[in-house]
Amino acid sequence: MLNVNLCGIKLRNPTILASGILGVTKESVNRIGKNGAGAVTLKSLCHEERKGNANPTMFGYDDVFFNAVGLPGQGIDNALKDFKTLNNLSIPVIGSIYGYRIEHFGQVAKKMASLRPAMIEIDISCPHMDYGKPYYADPELTAKVTREVKNNAGKIPVSVKLSPNVYDIKEIAVAAEKAGADAITAINTATGMAIDIDARKPVLANKIGGISGPALKPIAVRCVYEIHEAVKIPIIGTGGVTYGKDAIEMVMAGATAVGIGTGIYYRGLDVFKKVCDEMEVWMKKNRIKNLEEIRGIAHK
Amino acid sequence: MEKDNCCRTEIPKIMEIFKVVNEGKGQKSFFFKGKIDSKPGQFVMVWLPDVDEKPMAISYWNKNEFAFTSQVVGKFTTYLDSLKKGDKIGIRGPYGNNFSIKGNACVVAGGVGVSSVSTLIDSLKNPLIIYGARTKQHLIYLKRYKNKKMLIATDDGSHGRKGYTTDLLNEVLSKNSKIKMVYTCGPEIMMKKVLDICNSYKIECEASVERMMKCAYGVCGACMINDKIVCMDGPVFNSKQLNAMPEFGSFARAKTGKRVSLHEYHSIHS
Repeated sequence: MLNVNLCGIKLRNPTILASGILGVTKESVNRIGKNGAGAVTLKSLCHEERKGNANPTMFGYDDVFFNAVGLPGQGIDNALKDFKTLNNLSIPVIGSIYGYRIEHFGQVAKKMASLRPAMIEIDISCPHMDYGKPYYADPELTAKVTREVKNNAGKIPVSVKLSPNVYDIKEIAVAAEKAGADAITAINTATGMAIDIDARKPVLANKIGGISGPALKPIAVRCVYEIHEAVKIPIIGTGGVTYGKDAIEMVMAGATAVGIGTGIYYRGLDVFKKVCDEMEVWMKKNRIKNLEEIRGIAHK
Repeated sequence: MEKDNCCRTEIPKIMEIFKVVNEGKGQKSFFFKGKIDSKPGQFVMVWLPDVDEKPMAISYWNKNEFAFTSQVVGKFTTYLDSLKKGDKIGIRGPYGNNFSIKGNACVVAGGVGVSSVSTLIDSLKNPLIIYGARTKQHLIYLKRYKNKKMLIATDDGSHGRKGYTTDLLNEVLSKNSKIKMVYTCGPEIMMKKVLDICNSYKIECEASVERMMKCAYGVCGACMINDKIVCMDGPVFNSKQLNAMPEFGSFARAKTGKRVSLHEYHSIHS
């Protein structure tokens, strides 16, 4: 009922662990699998080892969750030794990569491809990186990065993760598609800030952070809806998906699969199972046999 | 089985330090007014604005106050050490699971790790305490536990036995069949030895494990030890869990997520 085909990858259900949450080790991937996810996206890796920002790096209140972790990671070379391969785990694994310069993206993609992930996701949209003009904000830069990764990824499908912090997300998605992207992941976090009025300082050590959680969902649904109008490649709809109804909404906006990250904070590690159960209940009640029947239906 | 909690707040609460107690060499307890709803083994996240935020075990509690005890090891704890009564810092929590409370217990503590088992000691009925530190000056809470059964070891022999807590534990267990439960917190190498000794005597053990933390509620993945998330599944693990954890006593994840030897981990983070 929930199984989907994403760029030829057969997923038992459309829920995918979004990058940046828990996907650091093989054992955590298997644990997310046990909790019902259809696939897991690893925490982003680049060409070097990075410590990330000082704490506090994340906090939440009500429907808002902030993070400015600063892309800590062991680097692709350590990951090669740590993971050895990614195609023998209990569920499909998506390798998230980034770099500082265009050629870094290619180098990391080539090494990531040697681990045989089901898919490679290009993180051009982390809001806490200082690489001059961000790749996510310029269609030409997005296209250049996409081509560089495609040239180094072999047959492994490539998804480009976009940022909502742009004037027109459609033109960025179109640029990625034209450059050969096999899918779009939308969206990364939206930037924001919280100031502790007793400490009289921003709470995050990085001051500015990315907002996720239910507060991000309407922005994500809008972006997925707009991207679906502009491109033909599948979309991994990510941002604020916490309940089954959120996932159904994403599919109606045009998503093929849905990313869940901060949902773990709100509902526990088994949020994947909970969301899938809730989707099935809704589908049975509404006599929907598979997700194809409602994909993009909000556009009609 | 897993939590389902949709209205949470994890913002640090700014609180005033109302008392600072010098406990021992480079070790201080910081007291705050108010009741904290926690169990033995749990921790709070301590935020020093502009510096960092780190986990600290709750080392004292009663109806009106609670405290944590810190030892100077690096930048964060050096800054903490300079704070005085009236200074304000951020606190959030408590987080993590807790020790079970069982009879006929022995508590093995090493160094400032004693602060993670202090509220446990307060909650146990007549526990035997085996406590070790580098020198006499590093031993803390001696007055607090003056009425408890306590065996002491120091590395240099300046107080109690010259040697290690694990030597004392071995002696106790070889003579005393009454002990049914061993709780431990201290350097991981010591805790691993404690676990091995308990295994050989078929005695249940619980250890409080330390790893680099960020979120403290099981989201970021920084504190993984094998498939366990220390901040949420732990920090207290039982013999069965510890025995199924090849990384315990051997490896830890650095801030970058890279798996390194415990030795390297401590040289990076202290």
